[in-house]
Amino acid sequence: MDIQTQLFEGQLICLAPIDHEKDPEIESKWTHDPEYLRMLSAKPARPLSPAQIKKKYEAIEKEMDESRNTFYFTIRMRGDDRLVGFIKILWVEWTNGNGWVEEGIGDANDRGHGYGSEALRLVLRYAFAELNLFRLSVVIPEYNQTALHLFAKAGFVEEVRRREAYQRDGRYWDAIHLGLLREEWEVQVKEAAE
Amino acid sequence: MTASLFQGELVRLTMDNPETLAKAFSRWGRDSEYIRLMDGGAERMFSAKIIQSWIEKDFEKDVGQDFFFVIHTLESDHLLGFVSLFGIDWNHGNSWVGIGLGERECWGKGYGTDAMQVVLRYAFTELNLHRVTLGVFEYNPRAIRSYEKAGFVHEGRVRKELLKDGQRWDALEMGILRDEWRGGEKGRLI
Amino acid sequence: MHLGMDNPEELAKCFSGWRRDTEYYRLLDTDPVRMFSVKAFQKDFEANLEKKSYDDYLFTIHTLKDDRLIGFIWLGGIDWNHGNGWVGIGLGEREYWGKGYGTDAMRVVLGFAFTELNLHRVSLNVFAYNPRAIRSYEKAGFQHEGRLRKLICRDGQRTDDVWMGILGEEWFKQQES
Repeated sequence: MDIQTQLFEGQLICLAPIDHEKDPEIESKWTHDPEYLRMLSAKPARPLSPAQIKKKYEAIEKEMDESRNTFYFTIRMRGDDRLVGFIKILWVEWTNGNGWVEEGIGDANDRGHGYGSEALRLVLRYAFAELNLFRLSVVIPEYNQTALHLFAKAGFVEEVRRREAYQRDGRYWDAIHLGLLREEWEVQVKEAAE
Repeated sequence: MTASLFQGELVRLTMDNPETLAKAFSRWGRDSEYIRLMDGGAERMFSAKIIQSWIEKDFEKDVGQDFFFVIHTLESDHLLGFVSLFGIDWNHGNSWVGIGLGERECWGKGYGTDAMQVVLRYAFTELNLHRVTLGVFEYNPRAIRSYEKAGFVHEGRVRKELLKDGQRWDALEMGILRDEWRGGEKGRLI
Repeated sequence: MHLGMDNPEELAKCFSGWRRDTEYYRLLDTDPVRMFSVKAFQKDFEANLEKKSYDDYLFTIHTLKDDRLIGFIWLGGIDWNHGNGWVGIGLGEREYWGKGYGTDAMRVVLGFAFTELNLHRVSLNVFAYNPRAIRSYEKAGFQHEGRLRKLICRDGQRTDDVWMGILGEEWFKQQES
């Protein structure tokens, strides 16, 4: 067993808790970019004020504390701890060993540098080696090719395609549900080590 | 226009008082086969009293996000189960549907398929939704057949999502688009 | 301009200040003109912070040039099953009237209504004594649909309430041309 390897430290980024003072202002800016919200969620995109984000953060931590089946992390740059995104494991069903993943890198300039893949790698290890989950799911809209590639590279397999589940910009898009089993992740990790 | 938005050939959709619903749900909750077919989470039993308080609380905050119906047979007005449209993404025109027939003597007699037809008609001609999705477990072939009859198309399998009795099972996902449904004979109103 | 959302303190300061301009308010609303304190507005906005409704959208209007908060635009009263919504706009900062900010905000919100909420139509009503707004809505693509005759009485005179609407299919066609 290797308890020395830090679960929350990557090479470029680290996973960290919410900073209630600094983060709301930053995340509020992200929500003023409709592309960011549309990549993440089916809910109508809408700009939020820092005060609304602050309340959201409080609700997230309350939920984590009470329900014990949500694990929310901020993604921050190593060194200056600058907030670049979030990643979370949610809807954990312990009896079946399942969970869902969601991730977002807020500022377009911070995308394409590998922060998202590194954060995902850390979270997969946390999910499979610390939470002992059996499988993870993620749902991504067809128009979010970046996320589809990110998760495919991490080993996720397309399992369900819900046809015309999104309607945006006057046309329909499919919702793609991808899954990754622990046994598949273990093989990947072993291969990477060799 | 519509004489029979809530009525099928074998069943009708309606709503009963919290007390009646709570008693039925509590009783059905004791049938573990029913629960395992309907729900993936761990089986727990609750009293009619606490279930009634949840239902009453839910009624208070009804904001048109979910549409929950109770199923009665046309023949004897017997309360059989429930069907509900939930998790509606209005902006995309999507909903999930879930159905449970708590009275096991009614299984395999077409009541579920009929109720599903009625609820799809409601979804497509009253809520004007674009598509309806459902999840069903691999070990529930009777339901899978019923949904196929109602017009749902297989869209994939969430692999090994369930662990029951030491075995892993897939959860199937099926969907039906309004255009596909219109093509079906049953439920055609206009 | 761009649409956004501000903290309760900023919103409250602006909304309270704008209410002191009775011409602004009489162009905006049928309610009798009344003033409220910053504190009262702030309490209201704070109470709404946790609201999770997706049926109602309030946006603040900021100038692109200096990010000044000049007004608001609201999309709500949504009948999802029919795909209908209502829009209302108010530019509290009067030096920005007649300069195209309102029309610009309306265009952006119609885009939101038809490409994000996927509504079928958007309605609004405007007072007959507000010709500047009526022209702006016509420019944004709204069609006249009727008038509620002599609905409003102010300064001893009766005026009509004008009802206008735009269909999604009309809006999409306009974008193509």
